[in-house]
Amino acid sequence: MSEVKYSKEHEWIKLEGEVATIGITKHATEMLGDIVFAELPEKGSSVEKDGTAGVVESTKAASDVYTPVSGEVVDTNQEIVDDPSKINQDPENSAWFFKLKIKDKSEMDSLMNKDDYDKFAKEANT
Amino acid sequence: MEIKKTSLYQLHQDCNAKFVEFAGYQMPIQYSEGIVEEHKFTRNHSGIFDVSHMGQLFIYGGEELIKDLEKIFPLDLKNLKLNHSKYSFLMDKDAGIQDDLIITKIDEGFLIILNAACKDNDFKILKELLKEKYKMVLDENRSLIAIQGPKSSQILNEVVDGVKDLNFMSGNWFLFDNQKVYITRSGYTGEDGFEISILNNFADKLTRELIDKGSKLVGLGARDTLRLEAGLCLYGHDLDKDKTPVEANLKWAISKERISKGDFIGSDIIIKQLNNGVTKIRVGIKPEGRIIAREKTKIFNQSDVHIGEITSGTFGPSVNGPVAMGYVENEFSKKNTKVFLEVRGKKYAANICSLPFYKKSYAKGVN
Repeated sequence: MSEVKYSKEHEWIKLEGEVATIGITKHATEMLGDIVFAELPEKGSSVEKDGTAGVVESTKAASDVYTPVSGEVVDTNQEIVDDPSKINQDPENSAWFFKLKIKDKSEMDSLMNKDDYDKFAKEANT
Repeated sequence: MEIKKTSLYQLHQDCNAKFVEFAGYQMPIQYSEGIVEEHKFTRNHSGIFDVSHMGQLFIYGGEELIKDLEKIFPLDLKNLKLNHSKYSFLMDKDAGIQDDLIITKIDEGFLIILNAACKDNDFKILKELLKEKYKMVLDENRSLIAIQGPKSSQILNEVVDGVKDLNFMSGNWFLFDNQKVYITRSGYTGEDGFEISILNNFADKLTRELIDKGSKLVGLGARDTLRLEAGLCLYGHDLDKDKTPVEANLKWAISKERISKGDFIGSDIIIKQLNNGVTKIRVGIKPEGRIIAREKTKIFNQSDVHIGEITSGTFGPSVNGPVAMGYVENEFSKKNTKVFLEVRGKKYAANICSLPFYKKSYAKGVN
């Protein structure tokens, strides 16, 4: 059974075995507005927990995408680079950003579950 | 200072606007459909923009006022016909742009539409320059509503009969709800459209009627992407005191007749630049690929020499790609010159291009 967890930077992460799939939350896309550009980390590169691992841009501004855990990038989603509007359409499913072979499963422990994240996002909104 | 609200504030709230503070006003940046949809709806149908934060300056006077204003603006105002408008700028003595504006000849004098962030300062400058000889009113009792896009003429004409017969860059008084409204066929989106100056108390009613007829409110976010695609400048970004109209590639807006006499503020510098050329000039810039180069992005030539800076850059929804403008050294300003833009530490290829990015469709020769 895979569990989805959430970061304070509004990323979601789904761990299956050693591979984590990471994207940004629906709440994040609502705050950003229409996403018109996405940049992803390079396949094979290493990323560190809470470090920058990509960029999304709306018509208004650019925002960094952070990785909630450390690991090696094993796959990236070219579809969202070619058509960034897919991120607004299906952020927590088909519009994932990158997959990591994670270094340390315990890094997942500090992340929020869905209920906590929803509460956090609601508070961040007010 | 308290943040000001326009007379459409309630309507913006009713339409789920997201607000931002802009020039001391609480303004809608977008509504529930978002910037891209609002942008496209304006291009394909009709969008309504609350631009009531902009200054509506009425200056009353006759022949003498025309002479005095010609000492300020590089325009042939004595030959400006009643109800016709011109784009111009308020310059300092070094021809630095203090504001860009639209000036319209009306019965009793002139109506000048000023940028929100500049209007109070403009008022002060103009008052001093005109030595308080004329009655000047920066009218806070009037709202300014723009309606833009191909369906706007038909929609507005259903609400205010007769507007469809206006030509581009001209205006007139019309009646709405038995109130006099001044409407010009103009705008800042690259589309056919109108700007309606209306008493605050009637602005909400007018706008709701336009929405009933099929137009939709559009926020400042889409206003920015629309004007940038149309190659139009935004004051404080593409224009400021360190730039002259010649550098801004706006010499088309300077009257040739007036240049020959050269007796307006900044004329020495303007004439010099027209004769000798300029060192930097505003150009359109089209990044290759999807990279967005925003304001302050550095521009480099093929030899990696810093040659300029982006002043506006975003994603153009109708162009379906990134668009930008900025200033480069004159020798790199030719169309199709390859340049490089430094974004997040990396250099990306781009090409100098002609403006606009999106072809205008203004109404000409309706009559």
